[in-house]
Amino acid sequence: MTDTATPTPTESLLRPSRLMSRRNAAERRFRLYGITAIAISLLVLAIMLFTILRDGVSAFRQTSVTFPVVLTAEALDPSGSLDAAAMAKVTTIGYGKVIDSSFLAFLQAEGLAVDGLSDKDARAILSKEAAGQLRAQVLAEPALVGQTITMTIWTNARIDGYFKGRVTMESAERDGNVSPEQLQLADLLAENGALSRPFNWQFLTGPDASDQRPEAAGLGISIIGSIFMMIIVALLCVPIGVAASIYLEEFAPKNRWTDLIEVNISNLAAVPSIVYGILGLAVFINFAGFPQSSSLVGALVLTLMTLPTIIIATRSAIRAVPPSIRDAALGIGASKMQTVFHHVLPLAMPGILTGAILGLATALGETAPLLLIGMVAFVDNYPSLSAAGALDPATALPVQVYGWAQRSDPAFIERSSGAIIVLLIFLVIMNAAAILLRRRFERRW
Amino acid sequence: MFFLKLSVSSIAMTAIAATSAVARDQVQVTGSSTVLPYATIVAEAFGENFDFPSPVVEGGGSGAGRKKLCEGVGENTVDIANSSSRISQSDIDLCATNGVTEIMEVRFGYDGIVFASAAAGPEFALTPADIYNALAASVAKDGAIAANAATTWADVNASLPAQDILAFVPGTKHGTREVFDTKVIIQGCKDSGAYDLFLASAEGADDGEKEDAAEASCMELRTDGRSVDIDGDYTETLARLDADPTAVGVFGLSFYQNNTDKLRVATMNGVVPSTESIASGEYPVSRPLFFYVKKAHIGVIPGLKEYIEFFVSDDMAGPDGPLAEYGLVSDPELAATQAMVAAETPMGPLE
Repeated sequence: MTDTATPTPTESLLRPSRLMSRRNAAERRFRLYGITAIAISLLVLAIMLFTILRDGVSAFRQTSVTFPVVLTAEALDPSGSLDAAAMAKVTTIGYGKVIDSSFLAFLQAEGLAVDGLSDKDARAILSKEAAGQLRAQVLAEPALVGQTITMTIWTNARIDGYFKGRVTMESAERDGNVSPEQLQLADLLAENGALSRPFNWQFLTGPDASDQRPEAAGLGISIIGSIFMMIIVALLCVPIGVAASIYLEEFAPKNRWTDLIEVNISNLAAVPSIVYGILGLAVFINFAGFPQSSSLVGALVLTLMTLPTIIIATRSAIRAVPPSIRDAALGIGASKMQTVFHHVLPLAMPGILTGAILGLATALGETAPLLLIGMVAFVDNYPSLSAAGALDPATALPVQVYGWAQRSDPAFIERSSGAIIVLLIFLVIMNAAAILLRRRFERRW
Repeated sequence: MFFLKLSVSSIAMTAIAATSAVARDQVQVTGSSTVLPYATIVAEAFGENFDFPSPVVEGGGSGAGRKKLCEGVGENTVDIANSSSRISQSDIDLCATNGVTEIMEVRFGYDGIVFASAAAGPEFALTPADIYNALAASVAKDGAIAANAATTWADVNASLPAQDILAFVPGTKHGTREVFDTKVIIQGCKDSGAYDLFLASAEGADDGEKEDAAEASCMELRTDGRSVDIDGDYTETLARLDADPTAVGVFGLSFYQNNTDKLRVATMNGVVPSTESIASGEYPVSRPLFFYVKKAHIGVIPGLKEYIEFFVSDDMAGPDGPLAEYGLVSDPELAATQAMVAAETPMGPLE
C-alpha cells in the first residue's frame, strides 16, 4: 500500500501565483496609463474647442439696425447730372452725413431719445463701414439718388459687444469708446424692433477691415487666398510627388545616390517651415520676380514644404502593394510601366490620396512661411477669380487668425476665434474626405 | 492623367507669369506694427474713395520695413516703409548702395507711451525717477551705486501703493523700447542722481565715451524677474496683466484708448496722458511716427502719390480725423508736411 498524499498544487488557473498576479497588475496599470493618456488629450481638446466656440460663435451674428435712408440728390449728386464721374467726387464723408441725418430723423420720428445723449454720440453707434457700402451701392446704381431706401446697417463693435455680453453698463462707464447713454439708446432701438442680429454672411465673404471697424472685418479674401493656394499646391504637389515616389520605389537602382536622396527627403520633411519662407523670398520674389503677397508665391512655398510629406506617404502606399501583384503582371508579359500604371498605382491610390489630403491640410494651417513673402498683410481688394488672380495680393485663413489676434480692439478676439472655427471646419472636411476615400477604396490582402 | 494635364497647364501659367513682367497696380506698404493700424485705416478709406485699389499694408517692425524699402528700385520692392523711429544713417547708406537715392521722410503725427495697470487696482502717479528706481539693475542709494533692493512700489516712493513691483516692458526688438529707454529710464537715471554716479566711475577715452558708458549702465534693467520683457505685442501685455493684476504694463496710447475699460492709466509727473497733453508736450513720453517713401516709384506705381497725399490730408491725419480718433497725436506742423509731400521733396542728410 503506497501512501502517496496528493501534493497540493502550488499554482493553478484558479489560484494565480505571485508572479502571475504581478504580471496581471502590470497589464492593468498599463491599460490605465493608456486610458489616462487618451483622457488627458481629449480633455485638452475639449477645453480648446470649448474656448474657441465660446469666444468665436458670436462672430457669425452681427447686430444691425434697419432704418430708411433718404438719398438726397443735393448731397449725393450736386451737379444733378447723374454722371458717374461727377458723383464719384462725393466721398464717404458726404455719404456718412446722409446716413447720419437719416438716422437722426428716424430716431426723432420713432420718438427714441435718451437724456444727455448728443446727436454726435447717437449717430456714432452706427458702423463707419456703412458710408463706404452706401457709396458703392449708389455709384453702381445712380438711379437710387432721390429715393428713400431701407438699409440694414451694422452697429459699431461696442454696441454689438453689449448684446453679446462683452460690454456692460459698468464697463461702458470707464470705456472711452462707448457711453452708457449709447447703450440705453441701443436698448430703446431693440425694444422698437429696429435692431436685429442676422447671420453675418459678410464675415465669410467680406474683406478685412481696419482697427476702427471690427464689425466689418470678414474672411472673404483669406478664404479665396487659401483656396487658390490649395488648388495650386495640389496641382503641383500630387503629380511631382507621385512621379518622384514611383520612380524611387519602382525604377530607381539601389545605390549610394538613391540612398542619399532618400535620406534627404526625410530630412526635408523635418525642416522648420519658416526656412521654406526664407527660400521662397530669395528664389520666387527676389530672383524670379513674382509679385509679393500673391497666392502663387505662397502656394509655391507651401508646395516645397508639403512635397516631402507627400513623397513619404506615397512611397509607403506603393510599398504596401504586395509584390505578388507585380509578379503576376510581369509574369503575363506586362512591361514594367504597364505593371506600375495598370496595377500598382490604382491599388496604392487610396493611400496616396490620404497622404496628399493630410499634406494639404498641414499646408492649409501654415502661417510661418507666409510671413516672409508678404502674405501677412492688410489686403482690402478681392483677388480676381480667374487664374490670373493667383498673382493678386491675398492673405490666408491662418494668417487672418494671427493678424486679428494682434489688434487692439477687443472685438477682434471674437473674430479671431470665429476665423479659427472656419479654419477648423475646412480641416475637418479635408480630414473626413481622407478617411472617406480610404474606407471607400481600401483593399485588404 | 487628369492631374498631369492640370499640372502641366499650371506650370505653363507659372512660366507665363515669370516671363511677362507683372505690372503692379497697388501700393505696397510695410514696416512698424505701431503704425500698422493707422496705415490700414488710411488704406481702407483710400480704397473706398479713390479709383485705385487699396494699398497692401504689412507689419513686421520698423527696422525690417526700412531694410525692405532699401532693397532696391523696381516693382517687386516695396514703396513705403512705416517707421516708429527715425531712419538711421546705416539704412540711408544701404539704400544708396542699392540705388534708392531719393527717400521722402513723412512725419504724420506722434504716439504716446503710457504705463497702465489693471482697472481694479490702485492709482499710480509715477515719475521717471520712480520707474528707474523700481526697475533698474542698480540705483543710487545714499550717494553710492547699489544693487536694486526695492520689492514694493512703496519702497521706491512712499506715496505709491505698497504693491509688489512687477512691470511688463516692451522687448528690445520693439521700437517702443527705444522711447522707453531714452524718455523714461535715462531721464529717471538722471533725475535720481544715478547717472552722475555712473558718469564719475565710467571708463572711456573722452567725455563722449564716458557718457555713452553711463547711459548704457542706466539702461540695464533688473534681472530678478520684476521687470519682464514682452517680445509679443500689446495684446500679450494685456493678457499678462489679466493674469497678474498687480503688475504694471507699458502700452501705446491708442491701445490704451481702445481698452480703457480694462486698464487704469498711470500719470507721469502728474500729467494724464491724452492726445492733448502729448501734443502740448506736457506728457513727456512720446515719439514721432514716420513713413518713408521711395521717390523713384512716384508716377510708376499708380495711386502712390494720391495715397501719401491722402494720408497727410486734414481729413485723415488732422486733429479731427479718424487717425486722431484712434489715438494719433496730430502733428502741429501738418501743413508743412502736406506742402513737402505735394512738392515731393526728398529728405536731406541726417543732422
